[in-house]
Amino acid sequence: MKIMIKTILSATLALGMGTGAYAAGASEGHVENVDFSFDGPFGAYDVNQLQRGLQVYTEVCAACHGLKYVAFRTLADDSGPQLPDDQMRAYAEQYEVFDPELDDFRAATPVDHFPESNLENAPDLSLMAKKRAGFHGPYGLGINQFLKGMGGPEYITALLTGYTGEEKEEAGTILYENTVMPGGWISMAPPLSDELVEYADGHANDLHHLSEDVSAFLMWTAEPKLGARKQAGFAGVLLLTLLSVLLYLTNKRLWAPIKHKAKD
Amino acid sequence: MGGIPHDHYEPKTDGEKWLNRRLPIVGLLYDTLMIPTPKNLNWMWIWGIVLVFCLVLQIVTGVVLAMHYTPHVDNAFASVEHIMRNVNGGYMLRYLHMNGASLFFVAVYAHIFRGLYYGSYKAPREITWIIGMLIYLLMMATGFMGYVLPWGQMSFWGATVITGLFGAVPFIGESLQTLLLGGPAVDNATLNRFFSLHYLLPFVIAGLVIVHVWAFHTTGNNNPTGVEVRRGSKEEAEKDTLPFWPYFVIKDLFALAVILAVFFAVVGFMPNYLGHPDNYIEANALATPAHIVPEWYFLPFYAILRAFTSEVWVVQIASFVTGGIIDAKFFGVLAMFAAIVVMALVPWLDTSSVRSGRYRPMFKWWFWLLVFDFFALMWLGAMPAEEPYASLSLIATTYWFAYFLVIMPLLGVIEKPLPQPATIEEDFEAHYAENVGGTKTIANPAE
Repeated sequence: MKIMIKTILSATLALGMGTGAYAAGASEGHVENVDFSFDGPFGAYDVNQLQRGLQVYTEVCAACHGLKYVAFRTLADDSGPQLPDDQMRAYAEQYEVFDPELDDFRAATPVDHFPESNLENAPDLSLMAKKRAGFHGPYGLGINQFLKGMGGPEYITALLTGYTGEEKEEAGTILYENTVMPGGWISMAPPLSDELVEYADGHANDLHHLSEDVSAFLMWTAEPKLGARKQAGFAGVLLLTLLSVLLYLTNKRLWAPIKHKAKD
Repeated sequence: MGGIPHDHYEPKTDGEKWLNRRLPIVGLLYDTLMIPTPKNLNWMWIWGIVLVFCLVLQIVTGVVLAMHYTPHVDNAFASVEHIMRNVNGGYMLRYLHMNGASLFFVAVYAHIFRGLYYGSYKAPREITWIIGMLIYLLMMATGFMGYVLPWGQMSFWGATVITGLFGAVPFIGESLQTLLLGGPAVDNATLNRFFSLHYLLPFVIAGLVIVHVWAFHTTGNNNPTGVEVRRGSKEEAEKDTLPFWPYFVIKDLFALAVILAVFFAVVGFMPNYLGHPDNYIEANALATPAHIVPEWYFLPFYAILRAFTSEVWVVQIASFVTGGIIDAKFFGVLAMFAAIVVMALVPWLDTSSVRSGRYRPMFKWWFWLLVFDFFALMWLGAMPAEEPYASLSLIATTYWFAYFLVIMPLLGVIEKPLPQPATIEEDFEAHYAENVGGTKTIANPAE
């Protein structure tokens, strides 16, 4: 048993060293932790926040970016922003999609996906919250993601709030200084500012809140099944722990006469 | 099966006798399940069951994933997202499969190092060991090809780097690499053949697992003392052993349940912990990631591969002697494969007459240093190729080879082993006699 514990401990440590360390490779600015509702083993999306994030995405991000892996119908899912069915349909109709059968554009239906971006330098945002890892700690082990997540949405928040206000022109494009972007300069102009989006429920809409809301929404687009996954994980751990206890007791009773005999 | 005397299956009813004369399958299953097993096996002997579980898990989840996956460069990445979003329970299947690979390697490394410590590879178990090493090699090939299938950035660039290694082989390297890739570079042909082989190899592994089990059921299990089970008579053998069912099945299942509880915590709460965020970016042949890093289970051997640069004197000598045929790159590739070959050769490199490391006072230190060295190499494999990591990698690589090629053969000659117990029974009784004070107080409702 001692050897096994030793082995498991050192294996866990080394795994952490391996993964955490290489994730830390890129030189990025510091990413501040945000206490998102979906962090930690029991975290779940905040429906109101997802709806606000969807609004920010629609009014601001959608002008340049796309969400090609996200179907409109999922906006009505229980695991998502939970738009009522009619609202979700109406939302989809705002978008035009190309239909190869008609060989023409038509209004989107619930089964269609959000359109792709046509701009070369505006990456698709569907998976952005999983493409970036803001946290690698402690000591590069990355193990704190058990409680805080990988820092993907935090990275997005940090990027959106990380503009210093400095600009420079390079080969005809204007670059904006950003403390989080690798290299320190980004070609996206600061997309959000205080009170840029007006929430219907009167929720705070300063730069920081807008950024957090859209980051939470993008976490949902990247990992729509997060809630179900955490529930399955919890049920799995619980049932297996129970099974372990039962098997421990069975094993103990099974071996007792053998070990007892050895003692005499 | 096996050289240890024990009761065999006797068909009783007419039906059983009828079947047994035609296909003795019940007897085969009975003998396999009731195999006499040394009763002093410790908790490091549970990894075999964990490994069997992993193989089954990977095949079952993999077969279902293959129903929804599209092996085409235009659709592979999107089909994985389809699995994650639209397939019922698809996100769970995929995360189980992804993390199942890691559990598989955690278990196989624990299993291998257990074998190295207790001398499980020594006569008469050399064949078991060699088959095990073949399984391990196939696991690495399968794991590597599986990592390419999601067609993310690390998939693509990992495949480019690793297949590039085969290009380093003199004379035939380029043809070899082209054959492997199905073209001049990683592309649709590569993805297709990797998908095909990723589906095939697990079944080859399953076949080898049967041979592996067959081999050690013939010789009997090793055990922590390394002392063989007495085989003079059935009564004698029964003092040293217990039937696999129920004693070890229940014990192994308990260990498996504990390990799976941890596994489910990882899958449920941090499924991307062991992955690389870059693999959520679709493969792009025009954008090289800042750091190309293999999966964690390849890192020790990746570190050995990178340790040999053209500045290392052995590389310079090899290059000079062979007239430049062996360059630094090819030397690294040879070293990487040799690192596994020396491990496969331990049955003949270990000269000690004592099997278990428990009774080898000097060996113990060198062994734990090897374990440390393995983790050090794993860490170094994840570090950028610069100082001080390059020098450290070279030192750690040197120890890896020194352990197998120099220390192991020498230890057998110079080491004075401790006295071993005469029988397994003696060891078992000594162990539980020691613990009398602790165990006696526990009430046993069964009695």
